[in-house]
Amino acid sequence: MRKPLIFWGLLVVALVALPPLAAKLGQPFYIDLVRRIMILAIAAVSLNLILGYGGLVSFGHAAYLGVGAYAVGILGFYGISNGWVHLLVAVAVSALVAAAIGAVSIRTSGIYFIMITLAFTQMLYYLGISLAEFGGDDGMRLKAKSQFAGLVDLRDPVQFYYLALGVMLLFVYLTYRIVNSRFGMVLQASKSNEARSRAIGFSPYPYRLAAFVIAGAMCGVAGALYANHTNYITPGLMSWHQSGELMFMVILGGMATAAGPVLGTFALLLIEEVLKGWTQYWQVVLGPLLVLSVIFFKRGLAGLLQ
Amino acid sequence: MTWGLVFEQSLNGLQYGVMLFLMAAGLTLVFGIMNLVNLAHGSLYMMGAYFAVAATQWTGNYLAGVALGLVATLMVGMLVEVVALRTLYERDHLDQVLATFGLILFFNELVAILWGRAALYTSLPSWLQGHIDLFTGSRYPLYRAAVIVVGLVVAALLWYVVTRTRLGMLIRAGASNRTMVGALGVNIKLLYTIVFGAGAALAGLAGLMAGPIYSVQPGMGELILIQVFVVIVIGGIGSIRGALVGAVIVGVVDTLGRAFLKPLLGHVISPTAAESAGPALASMMIYLLMAVVLAVRPAGLFPARG
Repeated sequence: MRKPLIFWGLLVVALVALPPLAAKLGQPFYIDLVRRIMILAIAAVSLNLILGYGGLVSFGHAAYLGVGAYAVGILGFYGISNGWVHLLVAVAVSALVAAAIGAVSIRTSGIYFIMITLAFTQMLYYLGISLAEFGGDDGMRLKAKSQFAGLVDLRDPVQFYYLALGVMLLFVYLTYRIVNSRFGMVLQASKSNEARSRAIGFSPYPYRLAAFVIAGAMCGVAGALYANHTNYITPGLMSWHQSGELMFMVILGGMATAAGPVLGTFALLLIEEVLKGWTQYWQVVLGPLLVLSVIFFKRGLAGLLQ
Repeated sequence: MTWGLVFEQSLNGLQYGVMLFLMAAGLTLVFGIMNLVNLAHGSLYMMGAYFAVAATQWTGNYLAGVALGLVATLMVGMLVEVVALRTLYERDHLDQVLATFGLILFFNELVAILWGRAALYTSLPSWLQGHIDLFTGSRYPLYRAAVIVVGLVVAALLWYVVTRTRLGMLIRAGASNRTMVGALGVNIKLLYTIVFGAGAALAGLAGLMAGPIYSVQPGMGELILIQVFVVIVIGGIGSIRGALVGAVIVGVVDTLGRAFLKPLLGHVISPTAAESAGPALASMMIYLLMAVVLAVRPAGLFPARG
């Protein structure tokens, strides 16, 4: 019971201390890197809700990352730069898209579910490519960052950093509350034994769909932040590589644990960063590493904490 | 839009469908028998294309290049099965998806190291160039016609092997109850390796035939892989007959959609709207088709028995 609290305490202290440290060392690059990691960790946390706790192997979670990012980009394109509007639209549209995809996909299971979520995300990917007005294949530049007048200025890298940290911690806490609520119990029960949860009177479908929509909406927030982070939005954000990476973040860290997705995102992206420093052919090393981690490292990093 | 053009595009659709079938047959067999989701099937397609190009340059003979390319892909397939995939048969689909995703990264980068990231273009031997006359005023490229013939011959051969030979009997038995087949004294490990190798060779055949039509480059197997998943989901996972029907449907729908959706839409809505909506809809057609099929028949058109 104590260990997780100590872990989160240390993590928060380290992450809070990073910007002043990086500034002192003259390495602002690290602020940028860790901010990107934290934003993607938000996406991984949201995927963990359905993949880890719900047992829904969605191979298309990058869709909502893209939808959230395009919401910001397209609103900005039409001159709307109010950050609250950006967030609201990103959340609303991702939730809607997740509801549509989930309504069809959750009727299927197993390999069919994996494939159909992949297929729907591919559809959105091609939609992004064919939106010539919004950059098509090349993507679009964000005209102006989301503006939260007086509250936080995203153009300041350090303020944006702390915003990302705050949202990440908030979503970790939200997920924790959700999975430990009555709703979360039903969700986990239908993962571990669908027949029994039916027998005691719960139909898994509405619970799974609700979790799917919540996860999509949360990931939409990550997308909106990501657009602000890169200032550039491409369909590649919705590619199946991105979906696969999100799954790896959850698995490497440990499924169905609060800390897992955060740890996994840090691990995966830091390994990538180190390998990129070594060789331009870094994926030839990363690929086998990932295969080995799946075969031998079943419980993930969070498993080491327990 | 003349009927000659429609006929020609339908043949192109059939040609693409035949290639999809070569991929789908291996993938669906591996899934039906070993219960393995193999994302790296697209990498074997890519390896086939590269091996054939390299071997053709090395020997200076197209047919020798094709033969060597096939053998090399078969060997790579068996090697991958023995080294990495064998341990995954008992794992859940999530682990299989992730591990084979890692393999894709590895193979894409390996190819980039060996042959560079730029696309390779290959030339055909003179006896495969030129056109055949279909009927007055309509000609069809000889090479594409040859691809259709080869694909149909392989499909017939596959049907014969699976339904009329001892090996085929073991394959069918393995698909319906592998524990029992093992208990009856069949070397199930060897059977798996043979099936996987054969599937790899079929994917390699599709890849090396695709080489002269499309470009040979790292990642070339990924687009077709996702479409092959659509094929086997539509056809019913594990069913070769379903794979054939699904492949032809997907090939024809995709090709005709790309060719005619834009002009057809131009009649209904304004041509400028059709300009942007046409290509978007065309690339989404097969995914929509899959969603419809799954909504009506959740186990595909030809559910495999057992």
